[in-house]
Parts: sequence; C-alpha cells; structure tokens
Amino acid sequence: MVEATDTGREDACLLHAGGSVIASEICEWFVREVLPLEAALTQYLQHNWRNRGDIEDLLQDVYIRVFEAAQKQIPDRPHAFVFTIARNLLIDRVRREQIIPIEAVSDLDALNIAADAPGPERSAMARDELRRLQAALDYLPPRCRQAVVLRQVEGLSRKEIAGRMGIGEETVKEYLAEGVVALADILYGETRRRP
Amino acid sequence: MIPHAKDVKAQAARRLVERRLAENWGTDDQARLDTWLSESPANLIAYVRLEAAWSRTDRLVVLRDPAADGEKPARASRTLILQIAAVIGVVAVLGVSAANALLHRNERVFSTPVGGHETVAFSDGSKIELNTNTSLRAEMTSTSRTIWLDRGEAYFQVKHDAAHPFTVMAGNQRITDLGTKFLVRRDAAKLEVSLVDGSVRMGAEGRKQAVLTRGDVAVATANSLSVRKAPMQAISNRMSWRRGQLVFKHTTLAEAAAEFNRYNQMKLVIADDATGQLKIYGTFRVQDAALFARVAQDVLGLRLETDPGEIVISR
Repeated sequence: MVEATDTGREDACLLHAGGSVIASEICEWFVREVLPLEAALTQYLQHNWRNRGDIEDLLQDVYIRVFEAAQKQIPDRPHAFVFTIARNLLIDRVRREQIIPIEAVSDLDALNIAADAPGPERSAMARDELRRLQAALDYLPPRCRQAVVLRQVEGLSRKEIAGRMGIGEETVKEYLAEGVVALADILYGETRRRP
Repeated sequence: MIPHAKDVKAQAARRLVERRLAENWGTDDQARLDTWLSESPANLIAYVRLEAAWSRTDRLVVLRDPAADGEKPARASRTLILQIAAVIGVVAVLGVSAANALLHRNERVFSTPVGGHETVAFSDGSKIELNTNTSLRAEMTSTSRTIWLDRGEAYFQVKHDAAHPFTVMAGNQRITDLGTKFLVRRDAAKLEVSLVDGSVRMGAEGRKQAVLTRGDVAVATANSLSVRKAPMQAISNRMSWRRGQLVFKHTTLAEAAAEFNRYNQMKLVIADDATGQLKIYGTFRVQDAALFARVAQDVLGLRLETDPGEIVISR
C-alpha cells in the first residue's frame, strides 16, 4: 500500500538496514528532530549524572536506544520521546550500578517537554545559521580551522591544502577529522560553548 | 559492549573525511564504509551526526572571496555559484538530508519530510518546488546546472540559458531543459514527466531521446519510455499539491489512499482489492486523510477501523 521509495545508492542508512527504506527516513528524522535536542539532552544528563566523564557515552547510548525505538515507529513528539528514553536509561544505570538513588533522576514533568512544535527559536536558528557556523569555526584549534576553511570555504583538494599549509596529506585528514568532531560538538552539543 | 563514544566519533570522522576528500570513490571504498556502518548502530549514528554537521559547513562557501579566484575564465560563473549558495543559505530552513549528503563539494541537498512542501529559488531565476518526501541534489557549475532527483516529486520552473544547460537526472533518465516548466515524479517503479510549458528532451543514457512539449506526459520505466498527450486540466490536477490539495476525478480508492499515504505518517489501508477498485471524486487537503476516510465511509458505505498509525477501510 505504501509506496516504496528509491533513496539513492549512496544512502548509508539504507544499506545499514539491508534495503529497508524506513531506516533512511529514520536518519533524516534523526538529523532533523533529534540532533537539535543534543544541547538540552546533554544538560539533562549532566544534571542527573555525577560523573562528567560518562556524559558522552551516555549520550551515545541514548541515541542508540532512540534509533532502535524509532525503527518500530517514528514518534510524533520527538522531544518527549527522546527525554523519556534518556530518563529510562539513567534509571537503568542507577539500578545496575547503584551509585545514586533513583530520586536523583529529575522528573520529566519539570522539563518543558510540551514544546514539540517548531517554535520561533528554531526559525531564528535557521536565520542565524551562517553566523553560528562562523562562530563555531572560531572555537576550532587554529590549524584545524585553517584546514576546514581551505576545504569548505576555498574548496581546495587535499593536495592543495597540504601544499598551502606545508604539511602532509595524511595530516590534512587528521586536522579535518578533528575539525568535524569539534564542529559537531559545538553545533549540536556543549551548551556552554554554544555560539 | 559498545566502544567509547570518543573512539567511535574519531573513527567516524576519519571515514567521513576520507569519503569527502576522495577524488575517485569506488565501489570497494563504499563497501568498506558500508561494512563499518553496519557493524553497530553507534557507528551509523556517529557518522550521520558528523555528516550533518559537516554538511552544514557546506554553506560556508558563501564566505569565499570571488577576487581570490584570480584571472580564471570561470570567474564570472563562480560569482553565480556564490549567489546560488547565498540563496541556499537563506533557505536553510529546509531539512538537509544526512543520508544522501555524501557529496561532492558543489552539491547541495534539499529534502522534505513526509507532508513537507518547500520552494527553492536560485539566483539564475529558476525555481524548484519540492513535494512531500522528496530529496534532490543541485550542482551549479560554470558550464551546467544539474539536479539529481533522488526521490519524490518536484515542479521545475527553469530560466532557460543555453550557456548553462539545465538537466534533471532521475535514475538512468536524463531530462534536459529547452526553456520550460515541468513536473517530475519519481517512485520505485517509474518516472513521470508532465510538461506544463515549453519543451524538454528526455531519455535514458545512450537510448533514443524524446522531445516533450506542452501537455505531454512521459512515463519511463526500467526499459520503456512512452509519451502521450494529456488535457491541460489533468496536468493541472496533478499539480494540485502546490496548493496543498489532492484532486480526485474518477480515481480508484486504492490510488487515492496511496496519494494520501505519500503525505501522511498515518496510513490509509484498503482491506481488499474490490474495495480498492471503487471510484471516487473530490478535492481534499493533503493532510485530511482521516476526513477522506470518513467521507468514503459515508458516501460508499464502507467500514473504518482505526488503529495506531493507520485507518483500515473495508466493505
């Protein structure tokens, strides 16, 4: 009944799911609805988990659970969905590790999870995208930033970047890889440093 | 046991950079990447997340100083690229598909979710209107304007420019603009091109080409291409989605349900073939699938069963 859609051969998600079109929809949904929640989600995890060193891994676990749950059905209210999963994950961890009492996991009602509609904040974010990206660039280590700018602004090839910066092509890759990790953290997570 | 997020991210970043920097990305490279992505959902998620962030930085190209390009002959058209990129920056509200964004640096991805409807305006005056659940890529270079329709349906209003041919690629079919407005709809089985105005040349790579003019509807499958004339009213009805409407004239219930399902997460399911063959008329808003079901119930005397995520229609 539902029309099958062709999603193109380079589709990472599609291949992952062994040809299921649904998975590709989940990827798009994930980027559109879940990633923008990363800053708030990180904050929630930080408030409710003593060990700061665990946050990045907890976030990874939340995302995996979100992804797997979304495979059954993509939820209508992503905000509530994601935070409920985060809360359940923390509760599971607390029970398993018996580190902090369950009460330490703050009540979801206390969070403003009703706001699932794309509010003015989001459209403002879209308008300010370029400014945000520029600001994000400023947070990168200088050599990283230079490599990212030569690639994404100047459009140079790896060889050209290597020549311009006086480094090897492998090092170009390292700088860019480091750059993309930092950019994603700045653009999606880490509220403190958020431009 | 899932590896630490830091390590997964570092791996994903390395693979993403390799993919993005590759001059020749072969099937072997893709296979290696696919294997890694499928090893763990953590890998896939980390990759998709980094890909989304990296794609956002594609917009930074607008910061490029055109004067820095020197005396290259392509300079004027570089400016064109910049203008296009600037326009794209403005329409940043469009969802950027991570899944399809494994891109060449001049490609831009535009996509709409189920129920979505967006218009992209380019600085050359061309416009593309994306219907529900559609994904396309645009590459504007000094010599050409190329769109890949990866999925869904779009209405093209092209400003003709012989120096910069406008081409739409959909599967193995190539549609070349000869000054025109046309509608392209791609689904798993076929590609349908409806000419609203002007003309296009269309055909598979290396096969006989057809020239379509106003009122022509071409249907291409894997190994066939047929062209027929349709009344302009019929073509206009095909584009009712631009007003957010679906127009049914002597349409089977099965076809109508399939149309609604393109636009809504909540799906209409027809219980049996005989029910599906009933004919209906009417105009509905694309999101009014439930209303449509109730009308079918009242008018055709059908039964409805509402389940989570779907409405089953039977006799």
